Amino acid sequence: MPSSSAAASACLLNAEALRFDRQGEPVFQDVSLRLNAGRLLLILGANGSGKTTLLRCLAGVIRPIAGTLSSSERRAFLGHRTGLKSALSCRENLDFLRRFHGQMQCSADQALARVGLAGFGLRLASTLSAGQTRRLGLAGLLVSKRQIWLLDEPYASLDDAGGALVDQLIIEHLEGGGAVALSTHQRMPDIGAEPLRLRLEPGPPESMRR
Amino acid sequence: MSRALWALLSQDLRLAVRHGGESLMPLMFLFSVIILVPLGVGPGPNLLAAIAPGMIWVAALLSSLLALERLFRPDFEDGSLEQWWLGHLPVYGLVLVRLFSHWLITGLPIILFAPVAAQMLFLHPDALVTLMISLFLGTPILSLVGGLAAALTLSTNRGSVLLSILVFPLIVPVLVFATGAVSVAAEGFSARTHLGLLASMLVLALTLVPLAMTAALRLNIE
Repeated sequence: MPSSSAAASACLLNAEALRFDRQGEPVFQDVSLRLNAGRLLLILGANGSGKTTLLRCLAGVIRPIAGTLSSSERRAFLGHRTGLKSALSCRENLDFLRRFHGQMQCSADQALARVGLAGFGLRLASTLSAGQTRRLGLAGLLVSKRQIWLLDEPYASLDDAGGALVDQLIIEHLEGGGAVALSTHQRMPDIGAEPLRLRLEPGPPESMRR
Repeated sequence: MSRALWALLSQDLRLAVRHGGESLMPLMFLFSVIILVPLGVGPGPNLLAAIAPGMIWVAALLSSLLALERLFRPDFEDGSLEQWWLGHLPVYGLVLVRLFSHWLITGLPIILFAPVAAQMLFLHPDALVTLMISLFLGTPILSLVGGLAAALTLSTNRGSVLLSILVFPLIVPVLVFATGAVSVAAEGFSARTHLGLLASMLVLALTLVPLAMTAALRLNIE
């Protein structure tokens, strides 16, 4: 895709030799990656290989044991737990995210319409299905401008149309100069360009512990 | 910056209204204790007046414990707590806002209800102002110290027991000086010393606890 070569110069996030331990066992180690503007990074690996942990680490939610992580850009992290309040309506949830993260990009209703939830503004988030909740989570990415999207299994519980929606949102985000890192083990994103790939090896063998 | 803090505060208050029953639980607990005590120990005004400061304060302390589980746990479970580290604000500020909204929901109603409770237990009228001041200084300490315990026990599964064990020793000085203040005021003496000590405890807690709480939350998120 020609647009990626033009916009790819700016490095949004740089990680070198990241390592994270849980109870003394490395979850992952020696992970280095660069996220450039306009690029998509796929994080692949079996269950338990540390994909979610790596994404949370890149988001800055957890701190790596070793290695350096540098990024000057705002980051968004969308995981299995979407951070939505079930007692609030869809619109109240999105309005909160807009004001909480600042740099407002579009209104709650526009974001809802974009993810196929038009007319759901007053519905309580608790009444949504699993797939609709994922869509509301995606809408949360749209309401405020954050350059780096870190998506943990964004295709989970979404139907085919939902999967295509994720792809489309990613394409638009990349074209806008953003970067995306996502983990998946179901559907592969179809964005027209070849993404970068990072494969995490599952749990460390005993020999690696020294 | 202030917009994000305000967003958190208004969401907390909105959620408190939505969860109306749970939010009112501490106040209902206090109310029940104040109603039941005269039935249990007898309705004699002298006896009730003597135990009123202690009863009101013990009830306030225990009722504040009831609400602690809701301070961070819902956010921890639905994933919005980890979003605090993705905002553009220091988590310290968000912790302060959360404590303030928690106090508005659980502490302030108790202070407003205190005159009724004092009347029901025949507390000496001269001690009412002191009672209100002691609650005004003391309930934020309960929120702070309890909040620290809640933050520490966040990732333990239903850490209520542990939470109570952590809170009680730390909260005893507050109880001692607060009930002391009300008692001496009821006897007609000045309660300034007691209230001054309470105020200094509040300042100390307000300065140190949010820092510790931020660190404890981070520990549990990881």
